[in-house]
Amino acid sequence: MNISAPIALEVRQVVKTFQSESGAINAVDGVSFSVRHGEFVALVGPSGSGKTTMLSILAALLTPSDGQVLIDGQDLAHMGEAERVRLRREKIGFTFQTNNLIPYLSAKENVEFMLRLNQKLDKVGRLRSQELLARLGLSDRLGNLPSQMSGGQQQRVAIARALIHNPTLVLADEPTASLDTERAFQVVKTFAALIHENDRAGIMVTHDLRMCQYVDRVLQMRDGRLVNEYSTRDEILALAKGE
Amino acid sequence: MTLSLAAYLSFKELWRNRVRFLLVSMVIALITMLVLFIAGLGEGLGTANREYLENLDAQMLVFRDKSDYIIPSSRLDNSIVEEIRAVEGVAEAGGIATSNVAIILADNEVLKVSLLGVEPGYPGSPEVTQGQSLRSETTNEVVIDQNVIERSDIQVGDTITIRSTQGTEDQTYELTVIGVTDGQSYTFQPSVFVSYTTWDEIRTKSDAEIGRASQTINVVAVRLEDPDEIEVVTQRLSSQISGSMVADIPTAIQNVPGYSAQQGTIQTQGVFTLLIGILVIGGFFQIQILQKVPQLGVLKAIGASNWVVGAAAVVQIVMVTTLGVAIGGALTLLLSLGFPPTVPIVFDGAAALLAILALLLIGPLGGLVSTIYAVRIEPLKALRLS
Repeated sequence: MNISAPIALEVRQVVKTFQSESGAINAVDGVSFSVRHGEFVALVGPSGSGKTTMLSILAALLTPSDGQVLIDGQDLAHMGEAERVRLRREKIGFTFQTNNLIPYLSAKENVEFMLRLNQKLDKVGRLRSQELLARLGLSDRLGNLPSQMSGGQQQRVAIARALIHNPTLVLADEPTASLDTERAFQVVKTFAALIHENDRAGIMVTHDLRMCQYVDRVLQMRDGRLVNEYSTRDEILALAKGE
Repeated sequence: MTLSLAAYLSFKELWRNRVRFLLVSMVIALITMLVLFIAGLGEGLGTANREYLENLDAQMLVFRDKSDYIIPSSRLDNSIVEEIRAVEGVAEAGGIATSNVAIILADNEVLKVSLLGVEPGYPGSPEVTQGQSLRSETTNEVVIDQNVIERSDIQVGDTITIRSTQGTEDQTYELTVIGVTDGQSYTFQPSVFVSYTTWDEIRTKSDAEIGRASQTINVVAVRLEDPDEIEVVTQRLSSQISGSMVADIPTAIQNVPGYSAQQGTIQTQGVFTLLIGILVIGGFFQIQILQKVPQLGVLKAIGASNWVVGAAAVVQIVMVTTLGVAIGGALTLLLSLGFPPTVPIVFDGAAALLAILALLLIGPLGGLVSTIYAVRIEPLKALRLS
């Protein structure tokens, strides 16, 4: 990771409050951090720590109650719904736990769909989709529907879809949740390599600390707050090994 | 861009799930067949009931006062025709007398027909498509409707045997077919036309009427000098011809016994079939959308707008409905070719087109709720349901 690379994502004192019967709950409470281009960050923490809420805010799916989220310098808080949709389409790449792919599109069509959405599907784009899928070991699965692929293969297609349109920020929500250990390591390793190669900013929410060995930094959340940050290789590896 | 993207998504989903969607299209095809047959039956029955009146070379009919515009209930003295002809604005008038008789066919088969007594050359008398028109100076001549030919092998020049009841006994009469007319069905039966003198001789009679020359007709068909003056002439006729009431042709048709009730029943059936279609299609697409909530959430999360998602749902519904209507229309057409002429189904251009338009609308109408639901799905569901 290049520490002089420009900042892709900046989160400043973000708060997200939900109203419940017992009163207001801060699911995210004054969180601040930034992610540079080419940096892969893991967001970890126990259930209810606010990881998914934070990811939803970064994905422009939820509006923060307070604070700022800037992607390439653009503040999400000042955007209307149409602008947020456009931001998601152009500047963000997604992978989810499950139900990742559009079931009636083939692997190649799923990847190309992001280019279609951005009106950038041309000969070069088609070729790039094919190359990216080949890079992910799916050259023999281009015409397969999601139902004809394993969970790991589906996740790799989702990774290709998340990267194909060169987004600023790539978000992954528990990308290994439905995979066995071997496949999970493979997927995250490839994901990390592509983030670095393509100079994207990547954030992975995971509860599996072993996956952190492939990231550049780990942000640990608890009760909506950022409680720890692991940024040295030794710290990260120790965390991944459960030490 | 929105539409092409929506069409792309819709087509891919349809193609990759073609068996499932084809089944829905087949359900729509069956509904289409039902609606078209009901529409065709309505038109056919209506035509069989009103065709003669509809094709009359006249703008109005004069009835007996208090007859409620019902032709069989109306009895007028023959002399009234001359009085009507004398009214200003009337170009021509002709008496019409109705009765029911039967034609004896080969092998003693019977064809029931409407026997219409008319004044040759005057309104009410049909135009012939083959042979000669009726003549007043000759008797025992008959002009038959094309419908009679379709149900028998009678031709111009043939002699036909008419059976009618005279008092309590059946009597037969020989008539020569001198001409053929078309589109003259009346009260569900093919028609045969004779001069009034012949009609009075062979019509069904009660004991009291046997041997007495009748001076009675049912209605008088009136052709106007200027059809736009219908209201003025109606007023003149009402004031100058005592004991009469006047109706334009549409009113007379509406009052043909059973016509309005029959058409109302058939139209109600058609509307209910369309409503059932809306519910069936609506139910299918609603279930389909409910199954696709996570998928639609993902689509929105990765940047597909509400327009794209909504348009994709509508395009898909339109495609499935159009296919179903096309299949149903084609099957209906094929089936109708095999129907005998006795089945009163008529696929009139306007009525069939209206039914098809209504059928094409039931898809989008049925899918309206599911489309709105699809548009309202939160993209956050992609994260929460995953």
